[in-house]
Amino acid sequence: MANTIQVDIVSAEEQIFSGEAYMVYAPAVMGEVGIAPRHTPLISPLKPGEVRLDMGDGKEEFFFISGGILEVQPHLVTVLSDTAIRADDLDEAAAIEAQKRAEAALADQQSDLDIAKAKAELVAAAAQIQAIKKLKKK
Amino acid sequence: MAGGKEIKTKIASVQNTQKITAAMEMVAASKMRRAQDQMFATRPYAQRIANVVSHVASAHPEYKHPFLIDRPIKRIGLIAISTDRGLCGGLNTNMFKKALNHIGDFDDKGIEIKVVTFGTKALGFFKRIGAKVVAETSHIGDRPEIAKIIGPVQVLLSSFEKGEVDAIYLISNEFVNTMTQQPTVTQLVPVEPAPDEELKHHWDYIYEPDSKEVLDSLLERYIESLVYQGVVENVACEMAARMIAMKSATDNASDMIDELQLIYNRERQAGITQEISEIVGGAAAV
Repeated sequence: MANTIQVDIVSAEEQIFSGEAYMVYAPAVMGEVGIAPRHTPLISPLKPGEVRLDMGDGKEEFFFISGGILEVQPHLVTVLSDTAIRADDLDEAAAIEAQKRAEAALADQQSDLDIAKAKAELVAAAAQIQAIKKLKKK
Repeated sequence: MAGGKEIKTKIASVQNTQKITAAMEMVAASKMRRAQDQMFATRPYAQRIANVVSHVASAHPEYKHPFLIDRPIKRIGLIAISTDRGLCGGLNTNMFKKALNHIGDFDDKGIEIKVVTFGTKALGFFKRIGAKVVAETSHIGDRPEIAKIIGPVQVLLSSFEKGEVDAIYLISNEFVNTMTQQPTVTQLVPVEPAPDEELKHHWDYIYEPDSKEVLDSLLERYIESLVYQGVVENVACEMAARMIAMKSATDNASDMIDELQLIYNRERQAGITQEISEIVGGAAAV
């Protein structure tokens, strides 16, 4: 099919659509864009909205996405859809939360990084496992 | 019949343990199948975003993103993915060993290490060895969501942007097959994408709204997707390792029961023989 373009819509958790379409409409951050085959390379974040595919014969496919990234190559359109709701302040809040959890968990930590000691411990554990295996074989 | 009753009790207790390990084996087997499905479901995204990043790497934007630039390493960040629960064989221990070998080299050179942990086992381990854990997430569950990955990853990415770490590594278990899980180290930042061979000529994207913003969100998502994949894969590894560990525990319990049964039978037979000889002896005396 000469005047169609390969479209892949994926989210981090699953593949949503993969196939050919005559035209792709996507909600880019600067406004809706329509991509025809042999479009010049373009890359843009997407707003939450609808990705619309023109499948020919008046048939259309719709996919709702909650944001993501659109990449256009002359024969390939890739929509990387987000599954999580993204915003800078939300990301930062999540980061601070993860940091706080670590701080709370480390509150009673006193020792300094001691790799030699840890290695010795692991060697001892491995030796134990070996010994158990040998005992089992008897 | 000295000890006969004790042996019976022991057999019963081993049988109970065996029931538990057999049940855990079956639970792990069914969870493993689900985890594997999820692992395969996340692959298309990882592949596509890797493609896009390699396209971007062969483009010629006026803006060079910091995540793509190598710099001398003075401090490193480490993301370690472990399980929340034990009873999964040597899965975590192997991963920790690999992590120690990796950070040991850096530690010898006096390079400071910041750690982000996923799972309680990694948190416990790095806390015990005195590493600097800057962020952690645990209790991700059997069906990880990407929303839980964003926060901890963000901590290291923003320290990279501020110049507080110069490279970020990911340590996780690779699911080779049900029997084998391989701990692997991946360099996350600086991003080293394979340039696309077909796009050798000089070209560039139209960036909307501008290259910095687009590359920021693209690379951030790329790194998150790598970590997310690691987390999902680790769940599959955990279930596979637990299945194998529980299977061998069940087998061991069977062996033990057989042995105990033999001892019990011998004991009982000895008792009977003794009684008979006593009766015969008694009858002869009369």
